[in-house]
Amino acid sequence: MKQFYHFIIKEFYHIFRDRKTLLILLGMPMAQIVIFGFALSNEVKNAHITIVNQSNGAASMKLVQKIESSKYFETYNQTTQTSDIEKMFRKGTIKVALVIPPDFDNTILAQNNSRLQIISDATDPNVATTLTAYLSIIVADFQKELNQPNRIPYTIDVETRMMYNPQLKGAYNFVPGVMAMVLLLVCTLMTSLTVVREKELGNMEILLASPVNPLIIILAKAVPYLLLSIINISTILLLSYFVLDVPINGSLVLLFAVSILFILVSLALGLLISSVTDSQKAAMFISLIAMFLPTVMFSGFIFPIENMPLPLRTISNIIPAKWYFIIVKSVMIKGLGLTLIWKEVLILTGMMLFFFTMAIKKFKIRLS
Amino acid sequence: MEKFVSDKAAIVVSSVSKSYTTGKTVVKALDDISFEVERGSLFGLIGPDGAGKTTLFRILTSLLLFDKGQAMVDGFDVTTGYKAIRKRIGYMPGRFSLYTDLTVQENLNFFASIFETTIEENYDLIKAIYAQIEPFKDRRAGKLSGGMKQKLALSCALIHRPSVLFLDEPTTGVDAVSRKEFWDMLQTLKQEGITILVSTPYMDEANLCDKVALIQAGKILGINTPANITQQFPKTIYQVRNNHMHALLQEAKQWPFTEQIYPFGEYHHVVIRPGAAEPVFPPGIEAGRIHPGIEDVFIDLMRDHEQ
Repeated sequence: MKQFYHFIIKEFYHIFRDRKTLLILLGMPMAQIVIFGFALSNEVKNAHITIVNQSNGAASMKLVQKIESSKYFETYNQTTQTSDIEKMFRKGTIKVALVIPPDFDNTILAQNNSRLQIISDATDPNVATTLTAYLSIIVADFQKELNQPNRIPYTIDVETRMMYNPQLKGAYNFVPGVMAMVLLLVCTLMTSLTVVREKELGNMEILLASPVNPLIIILAKAVPYLLLSIINISTILLLSYFVLDVPINGSLVLLFAVSILFILVSLALGLLISSVTDSQKAAMFISLIAMFLPTVMFSGFIFPIENMPLPLRTISNIIPAKWYFIIVKSVMIKGLGLTLIWKEVLILTGMMLFFFTMAIKKFKIRLS
Repeated sequence: MEKFVSDKAAIVVSSVSKSYTTGKTVVKALDDISFEVERGSLFGLIGPDGAGKTTLFRILTSLLLFDKGQAMVDGFDVTTGYKAIRKRIGYMPGRFSLYTDLTVQENLNFFASIFETTIEENYDLIKAIYAQIEPFKDRRAGKLSGGMKQKLALSCALIHRPSVLFLDEPTTGVDAVSRKEFWDMLQTLKQEGITILVSTPYMDEANLCDKVALIQAGKILGINTPANITQQFPKTIYQVRNNHMHALLQEAKQWPFTEQIYPFGEYHHVVIRPGAAEPVFPPGIEAGRIHPGIEDVFIDLMRDHEQ
């Protein structure tokens, strides 16, 4: 026990004396939350639009005003020439254009039937679809207002309700994702590096020639990173709650408990990597390429797993972050309790035990 | 673990072979090595880089498995009794292997704790060594000079009072004064009854050992006390010198009595062909018979070995 205590003290010395790395470890989650929260967002806001209003009647002016007052669009350039549109698309100054033909006001009043044209830049198909949909909704809304006095018969009102995230905020999705990513980076990458560094620098040679139990060497490496990760989770949760207004609907204790479970999985994975590699380069490569990339791709955080072909969906099952991502979303956003996430918790527990056993089994009691 | 019967020898190596495979080539690091180290003695392994010294150290410290043979340290088999061995040996690898970001005292404390002892408990053993670096006890180990690093490493290797001490090239890269101090310390440790196996590429340090083994390309060329090694050398050696040392080196090869000639400091050493008559040197050459040193023996053994 005394050995273990001294080992942990030593690990803390290593961490605290490497100020730059410590700063990165503690600063990274904050930076990621801020970057994902404010810069990297797939929500569409203030998209540049050009409205080619060739009609200039009362109705068309009203429509233009309605579009301009929406937070989704920002009028970039007013023009009456349809030929200008393509120029602007080419320059990339606008994302979407709305053409109001000259007979718009006349036809809408005289024939109860008129036409509009939406042209959008589909180089980014998601943005184009979203913008077209938003614009169509505004037009439909406008049409409803026109019909107000004399309602047309047989209308179907579709009422949509966005459960758990009524404002469709991206933060609800990326905060759990960032948590999984940060924990994996800190735990898996840093732990594997710190053990392998001792091999590279020759410290391991003395440790192995001493009576220390390999279990102590391994577990002592994990403890400081466990504490660092708990600090990181706390900063992420504080930032997302107070800065990004992401609610914590479920039990905070449960959220921390499952996070610690995921930390243990990542630590075990890092220790396993360090047991089977001999150089920091190799450990870094495996952690980043073999662990980090699949986590980003297969956790469902950026690309929805449901849309993947079956082989990829199967692969996603062995990615611990996928299960953690599901758990965090369930607990934090949906406010579910343990009874509804026990399956995922069980899977993570199994993974943790497997990785820890492998890490200890693969730990070399001799050089090479 | 059953204790080995022979209590006289602290280290017993019999017919140990070890080869590495790098790519497709197989390198024989150790080739049928056998020797014994008496308890409480200072045994030197003398040989150039790449001779297999470090491999041998790693085998004896239970860090490396080997292909053939048997090795015992302090009565325990290095393969099956590795746990017992790791409790009773002190090991100082050739490369500085302490934590450079920990201070002198933190390093010593840490190594004391992993051997489940304290600095106080064995302070008398390391006092003479540690006292010299104690003024710098709050300095990080990475910022120490080469000589001080070695003293710290030796202190850490001794902190649990090992019965056998393994020192792999402890004086490489250390200044002459520190080297001398270091060897003085080894003599003191020997008085404490600790068996010491030390390797070095420096021939002059061989004279300070009780026994030396000359090792080259994975083979032991000879084992004896330093005095016997030179005394039993059967060949005659002259040192020669003139004003054109380089030309002399070429010229001397043509002399009928020359078996071998090589530069040696300010002189060249000429090994006389066995059975040759008393050598007569050409005029203008300062020549004199000398007692062979360890280097001369080693060079001769290496030459025989290569042939």
